[in-house]
Amino acid sequence: MNAAEDPRWLRALVAALALLVGLLLLALPLAAVFTEALRRGWEVALEAILEPDSLAAIRLTLLVAAISVPLNTVGGLAAAWCIAKHDFPGRRLLVVLVELPFSVSPVISGLVFVLIFGLQGWLGPWLQARHIQVIFALPALVLATLFVTFPFVARTVLPLMQEQGRAEEEAAATLGADGWQIFRRVTLPNIRWALLAGVLLCNARAMGEFGAVSVVSGHIRGQTNTMPLHVEILYNEYQFAGAFAVAALLALLGLVTLAAKSVLERWSGRAVGEAG
Amino acid sequence: MSVIVEGLARRFGTTAALDGVSLAVREGEFVALLGPSGSGKTTLLRVLAGLEPQEEGRVEIAGQEMAGVPARERGIGVVFQNYALFRHMNVFDNIAFGLSVLPRARRPRRAEMAERVRELLRLTQIPELERRWPDQLSGGERQRVALARALAIHPKLLLLDEPFGALDALVRREVRRWLRGLHDRLGITTLLVTHDQEEAMELADRVAVMERGRIAQFDTPAALLAGPTTPFVAGFVGEAARLEGRVAGGVLRFVQPGLPPLAVALPDGPASAFLHPRDVVAHPAPEGPLIRLARATAEGTARLVVELADGATLDAVAEPQGEWPQRQAACRLEITGAQVFAANGARGAAAPLRLAEVR
Amino acid sequence: MSASLALPHRARRLRAIPGFGLAFGIALFWLSAIVLVPLLALLLRPFELGLVGLWASLTEPRVLAALRLSFGAALLAAALALPLGLLLAWAVVRLRFPGRALLDAAIDLPFALPTAVAGVALTALLSPNGWVGAPLAALFGWRIAFTPAGIVVALLFVALPFIARTVEPVLRDLGREAEEAAATLGATRFQTLRRVVLPALAPALLTGFGLGFARAVGEYGSVIFIAGNMPMISEIAPLLITIRLEQFDYAGAAAIGLAMLLLAFAVLLALNLAQRALRRGWA
Repeated sequence: MNAAEDPRWLRALVAALALLVGLLLLALPLAAVFTEALRRGWEVALEAILEPDSLAAIRLTLLVAAISVPLNTVGGLAAAWCIAKHDFPGRRLLVVLVELPFSVSPVISGLVFVLIFGLQGWLGPWLQARHIQVIFALPALVLATLFVTFPFVARTVLPLMQEQGRAEEEAAATLGADGWQIFRRVTLPNIRWALLAGVLLCNARAMGEFGAVSVVSGHIRGQTNTMPLHVEILYNEYQFAGAFAVAALLALLGLVTLAAKSVLERWSGRAVGEAG
Repeated sequence: MSVIVEGLARRFGTTAALDGVSLAVREGEFVALLGPSGSGKTTLLRVLAGLEPQEEGRVEIAGQEMAGVPARERGIGVVFQNYALFRHMNVFDNIAFGLSVLPRARRPRRAEMAERVRELLRLTQIPELERRWPDQLSGGERQRVALARALAIHPKLLLLDEPFGALDALVRREVRRWLRGLHDRLGITTLLVTHDQEEAMELADRVAVMERGRIAQFDTPAALLAGPTTPFVAGFVGEAARLEGRVAGGVLRFVQPGLPPLAVALPDGPASAFLHPRDVVAHPAPEGPLIRLARATAEGTARLVVELADGATLDAVAEPQGEWPQRQAACRLEITGAQVFAANGARGAAAPLRLAEVR
Repeated sequence: MSASLALPHRARRLRAIPGFGLAFGIALFWLSAIVLVPLLALLLRPFELGLVGLWASLTEPRVLAALRLSFGAALLAAALALPLGLLLAWAVVRLRFPGRALLDAAIDLPFALPTAVAGVALTALLSPNGWVGAPLAALFGWRIAFTPAGIVVALLFVALPFIARTVEPVLRDLGREAEEAAATLGATRFQTLRRVVLPALAPALLTGFGLGFARAVGEYGSVIFIAGNMPMISEIAPLLITIRLEQFDYAGAAAIGLAMLLLAFAVLLALNLAQRALRRGWA
């Protein structure tokens, strides 16, 4: 036996405890979602998902993600490229600011947009006079989602970009490439798997976000309800089968994202960041 | 193309990486920047390439002022320290990169580009590597790809940053000769950064020895060895040992016992002497410094490490045609010459005293 | 001379890698539009109440109770997650057992599961007729769902992966050499763990604690289903913000938000200082 090795029984005990924690705290909730969803059979669950309000929620969720994820991908890539490949005063401040949304409560992330665009918000009266609907409509859902998911792309690609250094970009510059050529032909191909992972994580959060979206949505069925909000409405109306069916769909999205992330990690040979 | 550098300075925080560097490189010349790490040689190279801003001073390449000209417009070929090959492009695409990013009007057609790349592959003697990826190449192959990539843009100036650093000793020597041959054929003005003096001495027409952000001496390799102008150069170039002593009345006496005094034309006072191993000849003697190590050389003579009375060691050679020296044997040291610097920086070549002159 | 005087200004514009201007412009515009300007609203709007009104609105018993609950439950959950997260990380890094890979993957679940899903799932499990809630009620008479205890469990679920995933790489890098060295020097296993392993993990544990706490204190989706949401008892601060908003009390909502943000930063700053002190303690 190794000098720094614990006795066999102790190792077995630690492993058993860890498995117990994993089972109780991590696996059981997941199992509960699927069990509850299928409690009354496949047909009921499927029916709940195919019901018009649910379909509207799915469509809205996809739409919000389709708008926010590309925008935040561009913004996050720009920020990460500045931080990793250039020197400028305030670089470390930019790193802090990029991560800032992670330490802000989702409810506050929604609140700030109500403070600006809401009926009593800074721009509320101006918008109302022109019949422009921001709060309780798609624009606010997108804005709140953008706020919450802003850090994902930058945070996932930044460590890799920093690790790869600047030598290849400098070499490209001495060979006559301009900024866009360097970014597109040197930087981007080098981070493509991490970028894909970042986009997936960003997308998972965009589709699954609850708190921020809940504050700005107004919960209008069939119109401003995203999938997570629809889960809440169904749940509060005691339509448990429907609530858990939609929840199971969201859980599947999370599981697929997790699986894709671990595949990408294997491809790029390293960890590609954590969701927050 | 000629390169003129005047009063160049670059600071990182409070430390000066370049502290007033001036240098004039002639067209077609091969110049080595030689110095220990942190002496500013890489920073100088990066300023020339446009990768590092110059804070003070002037850089002129081929008669053109370089301040404010970005790297991509300088047309300077750079071979980076670890080659910085584009890891997601194969060898062909790496070499073609500089051509493919040209503005559309000046960009060669696909067939011309391929022809140019193949020509460079032949020139660097790696035509078989065309479709390989950087992580499938050996150090020497990567270096050739990096060189071919830099040459693709028809550079007027070639900058090499420690290009042999990643190679093992055997390959290094061979690649060095090949590179010098290539330079002689192409005639591109070349600056090489290295900390290896053997490399600098063998490759370069002239060597600029750098010390703490300044150029200590800029001269041909032979002149550097024969007449170092500062103690730093004397100590850094060659394998000279530094010994302290004192000059009085034109005679240098060493602090260490057991060494003969030397004649030198320097004012009285403390002085440092730099002795090459070949300047220190050991003769068998009944007593004196002890021979600690003896190593055979290809020339057939023995290189020795002798221990002086105070425990310090000194590199020496055995007397020619003498018997093979024994370890632990005593010897008498004869000093045939040395470079001596007085405390005020004055320099003199020392020579053995004739016996009559002692006392 | 004049040429060299004009130089520094031009030199500053020269960048090794081109393309900074555009990228920086995009990043800064995006960050300002999406994050900074909205947060500015949070910073300014509470003061519409005036300083006195702001103080009065924040010291309302219901607000104080909500803040106390949010921060107390988040700190408690992060503290409970410390040993559990360490246990998970240790098992995944140091031990080989069937199911290890699955456990490793499961640690990321709370990251990936949308919060509302976690919320309804935990509620279903812990409610008096749920898989876990029913036996607990029958055996011990415990009620977890719809009480502050339920909030702590939900936040524990949320905070756990932060600690496990922060400690894991440090534990991996630590290797066994240090422990083996301690053993050859005559330390008992317990002494080795306490004096060699734990100090090496302490900074990562603190970092993980901070991340887990920061996430837990603002958590909404996984809490509101299980909390019961009784004013003064099980009403968390984020929920109170939404209630204030529904009453069109924007300034009051912003005041709670700002207070939460400042308090959270104060806690994180304290953790940061503790970490620095820890590091200095070794040097």
